[in-house]
Amino acid sequence: MSASDESRVEPARRIQFAFTDEQEQFRSALRRFLKDKSPTTEVRRLMATAEGYNPEVWRQLSEELALPGIPIPEQYGGAGFGMVELCIVTEELGRALLCAPYFSTTVLAANAILNAGTEAQKSSLLPDLASGARLATLAVTELSGHWDPREIELVATPVVNGYLLDGVKSYVVDGHIANLLIVAGRVPASVGHEGLALFTLSANSEGVQRRLLESMDPTRKLARIDFHGAHADLLGSVDDGAKPLIRTLDQAAIALANEMMGGAQALLDSAVDYAKLRVQFGRTIGSFQAIKHKLADMLLDVELAKSAAYCAAQACAVEDPEWPALACLAKAAASETYLRTAAECIQIHGGIGFTWDNDTHLWFKRAKSSEVFLGQPSYHRELLMQRWGV
Amino acid sequence: MSRISDEQVRAEVRAWLAANWDPEMSLVTWRNKLADSGWGMPQWPEAWYGRGLPVGLARVVEEEFANVGAVSVAKSGVRLLAAATLLEHGSDLQKKKFLRRILTGEDTWCQFFSEPGSGSDLAGATTRADLVGDHWIINGQKVWTTSAHHADHGLLLARTDWDAPKHEGMSFFVIDVKQPGVDVQPLKQMNGHASFNQVFFTDAIVPAENLVAGVGDGWKVAMTTLAHERRGADGLNPPSKRGARLGRIHAEERSELETANQPYKWYPQRAGRVDLVFERAKETGANKDPYVRQEIAKLMIMAKSAEWTARRARAAQQHGRPQGPEGSLGKLAASNVARSCAHVHTLITGAEAMLAGPGSPRDGIIAEILVSVPATSIAGGTDEIQRNIISERVLGLPKEPRFDTGPFRNVRKN
Ligand SMILES: Cc1cc2nc3c(=O)[nH]c(=O)nc-3n(C[C@H](O)[C@H](O)[C@H](O)COP(=O)(O)OP(=O)(O)OC[C@H]3O[C@@H](n4cnc5c(N)ncnc54)[C@H](O)[C@@H]3O)c2cc1C
Repeated sequence: MSASDESRVEPARRIQFAFTDEQEQFRSALRRFLKDKSPTTEVRRLMATAEGYNPEVWRQLSEELALPGIPIPEQYGGAGFGMVELCIVTEELGRALLCAPYFSTTVLAANAILNAGTEAQKSSLLPDLASGARLATLAVTELSGHWDPREIELVATPVVNGYLLDGVKSYVVDGHIANLLIVAGRVPASVGHEGLALFTLSANSEGVQRRLLESMDPTRKLARIDFHGAHADLLGSVDDGAKPLIRTLDQAAIALANEMMGGAQALLDSAVDYAKLRVQFGRTIGSFQAIKHKLADMLLDVELAKSAAYCAAQACAVEDPEWPALACLAKAAASETYLRTAAECIQIHGGIGFTWDNDTHLWFKRAKSSEVFLGQPSYHRELLMQRWGV
Repeated sequence: MSRISDEQVRAEVRAWLAANWDPEMSLVTWRNKLADSGWGMPQWPEAWYGRGLPVGLARVVEEEFANVGAVSVAKSGVRLLAAATLLEHGSDLQKKKFLRRILTGEDTWCQFFSEPGSGSDLAGATTRADLVGDHWIINGQKVWTTSAHHADHGLLLARTDWDAPKHEGMSFFVIDVKQPGVDVQPLKQMNGHASFNQVFFTDAIVPAENLVAGVGDGWKVAMTTLAHERRGADGLNPPSKRGARLGRIHAEERSELETANQPYKWYPQRAGRVDLVFERAKETGANKDPYVRQEIAKLMIMAKSAEWTARRARAAQQHGRPQGPEGSLGKLAASNVARSCAHVHTLITGAEAMLAGPGSPRDGIIAEILVSVPATSIAGGTDEIQRNIISERVLGLPKEPRFDTGPFRNVRKN
């Protein structure tokens, strides 16, 4: 590897490889809260509802833990933390499978506003998101299901006092409950990254039609939103519209990778516990090497992907120039690891693992939807190679 | 202990290097200076050639050495495993006798653990040590001993009590390899090199003062060596970048490495040379193939994640947190990386992967990568043994059933 190739894959020395004591304390407090509020009985109850979340728990996590404000600076009513803390939150939410509009409102929408918005827009939009009073989401993908911004077709036609949106967004997380929509679209006759921008509008605006989709992972609700001449405001400017969007998607990929690692750890713990309990042939199945070795490999798999997820979060937090590449790396690693861990966890549970009553499938389905959400591993691997200049 | 900051250490070592580093010095003189000052092994205790610094700060020192291009203490081969073992279990006399010459590179070491009948099951060793007067007399056979043909000293695990249970009847010695009664015979490996040997001991003599720890403590001591060996395997760092380094000291170091690394010539290839992958992909045009790109990305994701996992383990240690699972996973990760690296090199190389030797890609290096890869998952404890360790010690799963209890004399052997 030439020196330049090497620096390309070597994050700066500033990156921390351990969490601080404060971060660890924050994690434990959060974990206690979630253990209490999001047992799998509750996950099962909420995933069967159309809203998919408990407004009372949302209020508590907003007021007691200030979670929606984590990445939002204090001047806009937030807690003023960064990417690392945001990822601690998503990791713990992923472990507990909390049903709440956090990814949509905080990870996607708040970051999009922070990345794209003007000072005035941040001041007017962010406080309500930070306090948890308002739910929001970011609509990127369309019927093609692609996450590459260049594929965006939704047209935003300039009019006197804003833009009119025409097109369809699909796979919009929590699109059915968000009050504020942030929509990625392009000005007429533009292609590629040119002419892309973000637009905001209320979900109740005229010309907006929302439909809840039946999702395979019922803990992550998806909606299709049709726009017919809906009136919207430009978020920031058209000139660098693609940059804030790409940045938001990269941040989201990192947050998702961490969320996936929380889920993977929950699955691994459950597989280990079960292997210590279940007796066959007069011994616990965890005493058979076939199972011991499988679990050792699962642990290795999870630890490696966790390192990538943590490292990407740290790199993003310190704005290391490598961070967008690491976002792809972390997302690809997490996707494959989460799904493998889920599949192996079911295997170790045997027949009971394939039943509805056993909890494993809740995480299995989250693993499946997360594999595809924000782009499949093959997409992120290709993007990684491009960002590394190979 | 009051915490010393990065910056303090950096300033101190920088000043010391400015005053002492001189590439025209002889290698041994320089390394003796390192031993005396403690800057060669800063994480070692002050009483023994170190400065008692935490591991994290030792890396700061390493960086400063790298910045001025200063040569470090001798690190190749089994040297540092021997040093770590003696530092923990050796007598003061043994530390005095051996540690300094390890650091200066004057002595080369090897590890006499494996035997034809006991590899994974190291505690099944049947090489015997019998106390006669004030000497131990060694008889038996060791095998796969890397570097035995260069070594001055060996770490030897031998049985001293046949009636004790297997793990309790062993003792640990330092043995002089270049003495009568030690017969070293090279073994040719599947990659054509002969870096390991079989070694026959016939009434070879070890003075009583070379017994490490007590009689019967051999297993405990060997575990220290093995722990350091596995830890070493987590370093997937690319070979250090060395520009043209002029001066007498560098010339001497090059020639030392030439000899010391001669049995290890193919070892850098064991981890599969992840560092070569991008270069090779570009020079062959394979970087244009979407499938190859995917496989390269998979490999790099695995390799980088493994490296960061090792760093997390070190960082956790620096924060005074208990060792997490990251630490015991490195060796297994290294074999996965090595295998997957060979796979990617094969993809990139195509038909030429069937060739070997000077006419083949990268002057035979690629061929060597491809046929050296199995060593990684065997040497230093097989992948299966690592999985046993991880599942039992980290995940707390039940131990393997035992059929080797009671007096060792009665245990079934090969
Ligand atoms: C390149 C190289 C360098 C080496 N250098 C040295 C050296 O310098 N000094 C030294 O002392 N030794 C050295 N070794 C020896 C090495 O440590 C042993 O080869 C290794 O520990 C395996 O032992 P074995 O060869 O006897 O295989 P065995 O123990 O016979 O193993 C055969 C197979 O059985 C499996 N197996 C064994 N026990 C178990 C179990 N409990 N559970 C599941 N599977 C099991 C193994 O994983 C393996 O797949 C070297 C080996 C190599 C390849």
